Amino acid sequence: MQKRLGLSLNAFALQKRMQNRRFKLHWLDWVLLIGLTALVVYVWQRIGGALNYSWRWEIIPNYIVRWHTEKEQWVPNLLLQGLITTIRISIYASVLALILGVILGVARCSKNLAVRMLSRTYLELLRNIPPVVVVFIFFFFLSEQLVAAFNIEGWARGIARQEDKAVWEFFFGDMRRFPSLVSGVVVLALFESAFVGEIVRAGIQSVGKGQHEAAQSIGMTKTDQLRFIVLPQALNKVVPPMANQFISLVKDSSIISLISVQELTFKTVELVASTRAIFEAWITTAAMYFLICFGLSLLFRRLEKPNQTAAT
Amino acid sequence: MSDNAPTIQATHLDKFYGKFQALKNVSLSVQPGERVVICGPSGSGKSTLIRCINGLESHDAGKLVVDGIEVFEGSPNLRQLRQEVGMVFQQFNLFPHLTVLENLTIGPIRVRKIPKAEAEASARKYLERVRIPEQADKYPSQLSGGQQQRVAIARSLCMETRVLLFDEPTSALDPEMINEVLDVMVDLAESGMTMVCVTHEMGFARKVADTMVFMDNGEIIETGPPSQFFTQPKTERCRAFLEQILVH
Repeated sequence: MQKRLGLSLNAFALQKRMQNRRFKLHWLDWVLLIGLTALVVYVWQRIGGALNYSWRWEIIPNYIVRWHTEKEQWVPNLLLQGLITTIRISIYASVLALILGVILGVARCSKNLAVRMLSRTYLELLRNIPPVVVVFIFFFFLSEQLVAAFNIEGWARGIARQEDKAVWEFFFGDMRRFPSLVSGVVVLALFESAFVGEIVRAGIQSVGKGQHEAAQSIGMTKTDQLRFIVLPQALNKVVPPMANQFISLVKDSSIISLISVQELTFKTVELVASTRAIFEAWITTAAMYFLICFGLSLLFRRLEKPNQTAAT
Repeated sequence: MSDNAPTIQATHLDKFYGKFQALKNVSLSVQPGERVVICGPSGSGKSTLIRCINGLESHDAGKLVVDGIEVFEGSPNLRQLRQEVGMVFQQFNLFPHLTVLENLTIGPIRVRKIPKAEAEASARKYLERVRIPEQADKYPSQLSGGQQQRVAIARSLCMETRVLLFDEPTSALDPEMINEVLDVMVDLAESGMTMVCVTHEMGFARKVADTMVFMDNGEIIETGPPSQFFTQPKTERCRAFLEQILVH
């Protein structure tokens, strides 16, 4: 019995390999493909017929880039503006989340009980509250205070009034919107840092006892052990889950549209409200998110390969 | 510290792992330049003893003074002690993310605060000494076990330690690589380094040891010069052990 199973598994593997080589379709593939096509046609019919929806795809490109008649050049419109903001926020939040996450991960492995308990509490709180609720709580309780306390609003307005604000705008977009950008980045980073922290902790704990002992035996301090021996190895090992986490961050960034950060999702809501092109707008937005996230995952997959050979 | 004080002075050491007593009333004295080989069946406390000497394990009772520094758990001088006492592990424990040269220089640079160029020069000198100067820029995973262990020895030497502890340095090696490591160790022994080795390599022990120590069940059963130790062991347990490992 077992032998037969092994044989059929072998045959299956062989068949699969051959398929991979020739892209030959099995009869089951045909059934699935036909079924899928039928489903798509059916949904299409429903939208066109029952909902009486008239497609207006032609208006969408204009909301990605439009011709600026005064400047006489192409400028980004709603969707592209939103996409750029999403990218900006994702980059800043990733960097901040990585920094916070490393601190959190190290704290989770601390010998000090109070430090360990604090980091654990932070982590459990953020892991067991829905992200939307976290976003609201952070926004109303923390971000507002933060923006007020550092007078970020006044400072940003000052820059917005300046003449040479090109560099600032390249990095942060419209400076009048800077406070909301900061809130968005902070909220997102705090939220994601909990998960990054867990990944870092797993990495630290995967570094063997022998490494600690070897570092101790040449007289290194605890801090130096962490900095030169443990963390470099730990971070190297967690590149794949970390990459996934950053892709999640890009997707999660849509949540902060709820606190009026003008990123892609927020802009799409605006677009839908003014044009009623519900399907076209959301499909375009979905495609944009997909392109970024899928592109990132392809990129990370490429980057991982040389890393893995260096680690082992 | 006067010149004739022993480098390692252990008196009545006890060590427990829970209820299991790993060291029982162990006393050992090692003079400067002395080569001590500790042998005994597995689980006899050899590794525990050697790990206590540089504070990787802490003893529960007794007194341990190494190089003039008293060793106890939480001692602020442990780091200073470890700069004087090198350790070579059974599993090499090289840092896999650093090149061979970086493995050797990280201690001198970060701990002894020696300038990088100087540390690298001395690292290359020690690589020469362990006979693998050409491997400096490789990563540990690219080396054979024997080469890795020689790098580990060089890493300890780079710290300019006065004492080297070896915890079964050849036990994880393929048989054909054991000799290349032992040759380096014989070399070191002849240069006058104070050494404490836990090993089953009796040929090596006969060649370099000033003192043989036999341990069993956490106790030191017998101590003596190799000439007498190998030919006329005083105790029955030691004789049985030697017969077992020398018969092949």
